[in-house]
Amino acid sequence: MAASDPTPMRERAAEYLLRRHRFRAYEALPWLIAIAAFFVFPDRMTFGSQVLIMIMFALSLDLILGYAGIVTLGHAAFFGVGAYVVGLGAARLGYTEPISGLVAAALISALVGFITGWFLLRYRGLTLLMLTLATAIMFQEAGNLRSDISGGYDGLPGLVFQPLLGKFEYDLYGHTNYVYALVVLAVMFYFVRRITYSPFGQALTGIRENVRRMHAIGSPVHLRLVTVYTIAAGIAGVAGALFTQTNAYVTLTVFDFENSAKVMVMLILGGTGRLYGAFAGAAVYMLLEDHLSKLSPTFWQFGIGLLLVLAVLFARRGILGLFEDASAYIAKKRSKP
Amino acid sequence: MTAALEVKDLNRSFGALSVTRDVNLALERGARHALIGPNGAGKTTLINLITGALKPNSGSVLLNGEDITAIGQADRARRGLARTFQINQLFRGLTVLENLCMTIGERDGHCNNLWRSAGARRVVIDEALDHLQSLRLVDDALKLVRELPYGRQRLVEIAIALAQRPRVLLLDEPAAGVPSSESHLILDVVAALDPEIAVLIIEHDMDVVFRFAKEITVLVQGAVFTKGTPKEIQANADVRAVYLGEESGLGGTRHG
Amino acid sequence: MPPVANIAISILFDGLAYAMFLFIVSVGLSVTMGLMGFVNLAHGAFAMAGGYVVVSLTRTLGIDFIPSLIIAAVLVGAVSVVFERGLYRQLYKATDLEQVLLTIGLAFMAIATATYFYGPIPKSVPLPTWLQGDVNLGFRAFPTYRAFLIVLGVFLIAVLWYAFEKTNIGAKIRAAVDNRRMAESVGINVDLLFTLTFAVGSGLAALGGGLAIQLFGLSPSFAVLYLVLFLIVVAVGGLGSLKGTLLAALVLGVFDTAGKYLFAEAGGFFIYAMTVIVLLIKPAGFYGRE
Repeated sequence: MAASDPTPMRERAAEYLLRRHRFRAYEALPWLIAIAAFFVFPDRMTFGSQVLIMIMFALSLDLILGYAGIVTLGHAAFFGVGAYVVGLGAARLGYTEPISGLVAAALISALVGFITGWFLLRYRGLTLLMLTLATAIMFQEAGNLRSDISGGYDGLPGLVFQPLLGKFEYDLYGHTNYVYALVVLAVMFYFVRRITYSPFGQALTGIRENVRRMHAIGSPVHLRLVTVYTIAAGIAGVAGALFTQTNAYVTLTVFDFENSAKVMVMLILGGTGRLYGAFAGAAVYMLLEDHLSKLSPTFWQFGIGLLLVLAVLFARRGILGLFEDASAYIAKKRSKP
Repeated sequence: MTAALEVKDLNRSFGALSVTRDVNLALERGARHALIGPNGAGKTTLINLITGALKPNSGSVLLNGEDITAIGQADRARRGLARTFQINQLFRGLTVLENLCMTIGERDGHCNNLWRSAGARRVVIDEALDHLQSLRLVDDALKLVRELPYGRQRLVEIAIALAQRPRVLLLDEPAAGVPSSESHLILDVVAALDPEIAVLIIEHDMDVVFRFAKEITVLVQGAVFTKGTPKEIQANADVRAVYLGEESGLGGTRHG
Repeated sequence: MPPVANIAISILFDGLAYAMFLFIVSVGLSVTMGLMGFVNLAHGAFAMAGGYVVVSLTRTLGIDFIPSLIIAAVLVGAVSVVFERGLYRQLYKATDLEQVLLTIGLAFMAIATATYFYGPIPKSVPLPTWLQGDVNLGFRAFPTYRAFLIVLGVFLIAVLWYAFEKTNIGAKIRAAVDNRRMAESVGINVDLLFTLTFAVGSGLAALGGGLAIQLFGLSPSFAVLYLVLFLIVVAVGGLGSLKGTLLAALVLGVFDTAGKYLFAEAGGFFIYAMTVIVLLIKPAGFYGRE
């Protein structure tokens, strides 16, 4: 064994890393489905945009939870900040241009992510859970304190935004919004994908896998975590801003613990640390919720609880993990008939 | 000549328990230094103090003459101080190759890059494979670390430390937990380390210690009990009494 | 009496009653989290369950309030053992995330179940006459129910303190919280100890849930609504510390009440701000091990 020539194996190993980040054919699938949905269900586009927004929100959580391994119970804070940046901009400052609104939401949420992350990310475990949870509620309570500005739990209703790029009016069926959300999601996804395949993204998985070793090899762990937290906060802020723009409405409930929990549940159902888990999880969750909660909200809540318990006990890698296991099983069966 | 690593009057206690007491230690460039002592003597604590995983209550640590007592663990690592752990600390869910690439990436600052693909640097991959090849790990390059037998994981542990291109290397029982049929593989690697690197090794097998080390420090209850060459330590009756007496005869004589 | 003093006394009194409720529910959570490091977000669900058992016993079966409380505590404590043995046990070594998800899932299921059987509208309980109205302490009259809550709280603190500090089992629990491996190596059965404290903690939570009905009313969302407060008490007090839990409950109870009396608008903001500040300065809480 020792005498064998290592060169072919070296080549194979190198090839694997060299090619890993390339786009694969199956990666077109979620986008084709999203485009097909536009033509097949033209009257469900308002719902469709909400699905795309939740995918974006879950994707931002995947960066910190799935890749860097930070467990947070307060990710809704950034979604909420983004939502209120455009909401307050339109309602209080009369600023209604949508795209620059998104950019402002991204920057301000990222700033909030940077500041809170700088202090919070030194901690782990229960302390971090509580700090993230309390931070999100603090935003909510601050909004409640100045409900004269935020509109409180009654919200900022009837927001009006300028046509997209000055040209496209928002139609009753939400077609403009859907295309808008899809394009923004594609841009955000490209960002996230670049990051996860970059050396920085690899370092995040290193922190997730073994933080002690990361310290020992000289990684500036805190800096890495603050960086990814800031980026994820910015993306969550964009999702929140889109939420306000597409609904023309926002209330303080965006900061709810339920909102933080919901996005985590979506991501877990889809599968963490795998980019498309956010797509599968958010889409499946939203579709189930849409159908089942109409039948009975009580059963829906029970079902989602049960699903979580089952996922933790039997399918820790989510829907996509189950797919992988299933296809590996079938491949095995085929190879030895 | 400044020592590669110097420890001066280091003290550390946990509550009322002193685990490191006035320890002084110096490693010249290329040193082969062994740290021995009974269980609970504070050997791993000393390594943690040197690497910065723990902060001392008093005393200082110098790396190539520079006082590094106040700086963090990661900064020390980037200055050329590497270690292995007594119990594996690896990226278990990643491939062996990724474990190495990440180490090189952090060493050279590539990991500050958020945009370029990790796989785009052929040089890094080739260097990682070189390290693996020197430890005969190339065949395992694409396996997940957690799929490897423990003995091979121990080799990955050393490969990571070497990929840091250290000037000072601290080995905490490199062959611990490995069946004796495989431990010689690891000890061969240790024996063949670059002569420029100063090495401090904690090891219980006295055969290994006496064969490998040029200097030995004996630690008892957190304090330096004595130090000297292998011959001196072997001949020291006090050392026999406190430590070697527990072993089945003085090592080095068993296998000649 | 000057009105300022009157308000101050009201705040202290109501705050104290509120603190007792927080302490009774949180103490079990603190000890079990200290023992196993298990993040249990379903603890509020046990409190809620206790509340609904009391509602059923008093309203449907016509049992008196006090016996209902005791039955609810024992019943929920016993049932919690099934969860501990069946589900929690499998995840002791799992990550925080998995524990969070499992217990959030359980909390959701509990809320849905409660909504199914009791509906979403808040419930109340019939109190015995001796707990209604006011009690006059000479210089002022106080609501009897809150006075009862304070007396009961002090009594439970004394019992728990005695059990924790003076009994054999208490010493074992303290040893296991302090250093689990060491405790196991000297022959303490930590698993069994955990089951026991889990049952007692859940029973106390159920008792707290029953006691809370008169204060806040009981709806299914209780399981999550107050959970955040329980977790804050545990985190700020320090895991596994009786003293810390009590101190945190007192501080939180009195401050939250003062906030509601004096700055109704600012409401919770100060509580959460305070939590964040305490945890940033002392990440392991008042009496936690760093």
